[in-house]
Amino acid sequence: MDTESTYSGYSYYSGRSRGSHRHGERSRDHHKSRSKDGSRSEKSVTINAPPAEPLLGDSSVLGEEVQDDNWGETTTAVTGTSEHSLSQEDIVRITKDLEDSVGLDCRRYFSLTLAVVLGLLVFLTPLAFLALPHLLWPDKLLVCGTACEGLFISVAFKLLILLLAVWALFFRAPRAGLPRVFVFRALLAVLVLLFVVSYWLFYGVRILDSQDENYQGIVQYAVSLVDALLFIHYLAIVLLELRQLQPAFSVCVTRSTDGETRHYNLGQLSIQRAALAIMENYYRDFSVHNPALLTASKSRAAKHLAGLKVYNVDGEFPASPATGPENNAATGLAHSQSRAMIAAAARRRDTSHNELYYEEAEHERRVRKRKARLVVAVEEAFTHIKRMQEEEQKKASGDVMDPREAAQAIFPSMARSLQKYLRTTRQQHCHSMESIQQHLAFCITNNMTPKAFLESYLTPGPTLQYGRERWLARQWTLVSEVSVTSGLKEGAIFLLKCIDFSLVVTAKRIPYIQLSEEFIDPKSHKFVLRLQSETSV
Amino acid sequence: MSFIPGQPVTAVVQRIEIRKLRQGEHLILGFSIGGGIDQDPGQNPFSEDKSDKGIYVTRVTPEGPAEVAGLMMGDKVMQVNGWDMTMVTHDQARKRLTKKNEDVVRLLVASLLCNASPFVQTEFAI
Repeated sequence: MDTESTYSGYSYYSGRSRGSHRHGERSRDHHKSRSKDGSRSEKSVTINAPPAEPLLGDSSVLGEEVQDDNWGETTTAVTGTSEHSLSQEDIVRITKDLEDSVGLDCRRYFSLTLAVVLGLLVFLTPLAFLALPHLLWPDKLLVCGTACEGLFISVAFKLLILLLAVWALFFRAPRAGLPRVFVFRALLAVLVLLFVVSYWLFYGVRILDSQDENYQGIVQYAVSLVDALLFIHYLAIVLLELRQLQPAFSVCVTRSTDGETRHYNLGQLSIQRAALAIMENYYRDFSVHNPALLTASKSRAAKHLAGLKVYNVDGEFPASPATGPENNAATGLAHSQSRAMIAAAARRRDTSHNELYYEEAEHERRVRKRKARLVVAVEEAFTHIKRMQEEEQKKASGDVMDPREAAQAIFPSMARSLQKYLRTTRQQHCHSMESIQQHLAFCITNNMTPKAFLESYLTPGPTLQYGRERWLARQWTLVSEVSVTSGLKEGAIFLLKCIDFSLVVTAKRIPYIQLSEEFIDPKSHKFVLRLQSETSV
Repeated sequence: MSFIPGQPVTAVVQRIEIRKLRQGEHLILGFSIGGGIDQDPGQNPFSEDKSDKGIYVTRVTPEGPAEVAGLMMGDKVMQVNGWDMTMVTHDQARKRLTKKNEDVVRLLVASLLCNASPFVQTEFAI
């Protein structure tokens, strides 16, 4: 835990907040005092994809979160030191998942408690406004007339509507843990808190102290509070949900290992929310990361480097770059060495492109041969199975199997060719025998053709198609030069780093489109016949 | 031919007399015509002015009566036996040239300058 800062309750709540006005208590000053033993925080922050959809109050691990509240400033710059701390952090992180889960549960219950308390405060305030005069000075109160009692119904229904609306908007399982606070939610929470506090102040001073007898006025005051809460909820909907629906930016996401690129249209989001949207799309759109496909280029790169060695024939290196001219000589020497290497590499008769070409052609041929064998084997295997109709099932004649057994029966005939094909295309670690048999049973049950069964093995599918353990993409880190709570801008670049690879995200604004209109009269479509004939006379 | 109003037009106009040749039961003249007011003047390769809808000679069969009489490819036929050919449809032109009861057709043709023989040049001012 040394390389990560412990987070304060404030930013933690952002990831799993349930009610914006529950965040009312989470004002900044409140939490500065709460921030823990200011351990040295790292310079990059973490987004963690949740391992499953947690239900409300579920105490399963959501992953660790690293907050940076102590810094106050907004930059999360990636410097050279953060590179080192990142690698160390990786190792540390893998081994301490369990510890964090225990710590997280405490914090989660804490946030849940606070949320419930704030919610109760907000909901009970109007009721308190109505009930307190009856409790404190019942004899002085004027009788509540018809209009006043009508307002009771109004308060009741508005509170009910508010309850339903809050449930609809905020009672959702949190999708992810974000590094920084969700700015809009925090602002709304502060707004609600200020609002409720000011109402209480007014009530306390003008009504409780002076023991106002006009009960109708008090009821109208309570109704105005509920109305204003409904309007704040409307504001919450607009800020949290509606504002980012209209697409404003087009982001280009590139995977660093193999260059697979996708484009998405996003609305006006902060960088962390944009990263969240991108990652949700990543699991659906990008094919699964396969490190086995990258070994060829790595070996080629290694061969390039191993080709040339530089020997310094003339002798001395300057021992220490003490004075100016000597320093320049040292760097000059290094420059000339690298230039000599580049020149020699360019001049050398490199035949590696030849090898690459023939190797790729050979690989292509081999893949196609194996694929042909595989397709034939699978088609033949599928002919051994026939679905029994209802009538035939009645007069069951012995060897009747359910889909799982049927799959196990025909699997051995195609197993070998499938295994060979997966080895050739280097996908063998993505599929286990168990998963293949399961998929086969699934295809048999749903009357799929052999081609449909094979499709998931012939092309690498999206990451979600595979089991969780094969994703190689669980813990994400958001690396950004500007604050992650600032909005997307034209030309914004940030990285989503995983252990094995990273996603480079570039944002561009969608251009302003100027449409003009041209009217065409339907009667204006006229044609003439244009001939050019030649006659011999 | 194309002209600029007010400027003198140079055209080579000549009268050509073609004697029809009997081939089986047909009387042939030995050339092909193109153009007409119902045709597309823009596709005419021989006219200078691409809105000229006149009748042009598009092909002359070698050793035919038209070639013997001196008709050249690209000539514009202005009159046939006195009938005007500058404002006729393609079919009307064909009919005027292939009347069965006529043995000889006398054409008034206008040629491109380079094609014509020198002593038939005339100059008009419009």
